Amino acid sequence: MSENKKTSFISAFFNGLIKENPTFVLMLGMCPTLAVTTGVINGIGMGLSTTAVLICSNIVISMLRKFIPNKIRIASYIVIVAGFVTVVEMLLKAYLPSLSQSLGIYIPLIVVNCIILGRAEAFASKNPVGASAGDGLGMGLGFTCALTLIGSVREILGAGTFAGHALFGSGFQSVSIMILPPGAFLTLGILLAIINSIGRKVKKEGNSND
Amino acid sequence: MISELLIISVGAILINNFVLVQFLGICPFLGVSKKVETASGMGFAVVFVMLCASALTWVVQQYLLIPFNLEYMQTIAFILVIAVLVQFVEMFLQKSIPSLYNSLGVYLPLITTNCAVLGVALQNISKFGGTEMSFLKSVVYGGSAGLGFTLSIVLFAGVRERLETADVPEFLKGMPIVLITAALLSIAFLGFSGLSFN
Repeated sequence: MSENKKTSFISAFFNGLIKENPTFVLMLGMCPTLAVTTGVINGIGMGLSTTAVLICSNIVISMLRKFIPNKIRIASYIVIVAGFVTVVEMLLKAYLPSLSQSLGIYIPLIVVNCIILGRAEAFASKNPVGASAGDGLGMGLGFTCALTLIGSVREILGAGTFAGHALFGSGFQSVSIMILPPGAFLTLGILLAIINSIGRKVKKEGNSND
Repeated sequence: MISELLIISVGAILINNFVLVQFLGICPFLGVSKKVETASGMGFAVVFVMLCASALTWVVQQYLLIPFNLEYMQTIAFILVIAVLVQFVEMFLQKSIPSLYNSLGVYLPLITTNCAVLGVALQNISKFGGTEMSFLKSVVYGGSAGLGFTLSIVLFAGVRERLETADVPEFLKGMPIVLITAALLSIAFLGFSGLSFN
């Protein structure tokens, strides 16, 4: 029994991290992905806050899945998620005030992040607690990795820094459009194109091996 | 007074466009922008909900949360107000204006999780806080934010309709080219940031 539980935790974890990566494969939670990734630190902060909310809400919703009436399930999920978001918001304000300032309105907006409600509806409401926790962790870390990647690309190209440290000499001409709003769309579009073409190549090789 | 409201409105529609500059409401922006018709339907539903949500959440904040020192419950209170509002609008339209309900049908429930609506409610509080006339300002800001959303989603749908027939390189097909198109549209809107009212 415990063996079974363990594998489902791990498989749910990797499913969320790679196979169904919320940003690059499912295209969910686009608003924070594009809005806060002007730097690496912001990306990581946003990703980890979302991960924390996602794990907690997945666990609680999975525990309550037999008690929540079907008709009002979405409203109940939103209340549970909003509760955890408020907790995270207060914790950030107390311990990481500068991060909380730079993420601003996007912290309370985690409530309406489609990843969280989507996982509650699609996974946590049907699966046991262990697997739901794994799914939350995997999805959350997948989201964090994606945000970190986009944040690094934009910060390196747009400001010539990584997590606030200058990378290049004073001769470096930064592409400031990358940290402006259009840069977010552009970075994500190009990253998706790269992932698409890698995916296609892998598929082709797999086919030729058969 | 009127000029102040006008500045708020132009600012929300063009300069700080909700979708293309502030990244609020990206999911419906990418999801329901394949056809101009559906995009404008979604847009006007959002305008209506944003107007009502701005007014209602302002009342909730001033007469419920502040008097009882419950400001930290803002997020929970607002999302509940919006969810109830959307449900109510849906029932009201179904009973009284069925033709509009049928054309919006699918998009109405989606608005609850449109972060632009919660975003506008939260911004109203932080921007216009406790000043006089802030109710009017909040409602004007909400309506204009919705109009800005409509403007960008309809423009984008127009571009995407043309994209259908365009010859796109294989590796850019699907989402990548859509995002790059959005980037170009966003650059165009960045031009408005040069507007000033002094």
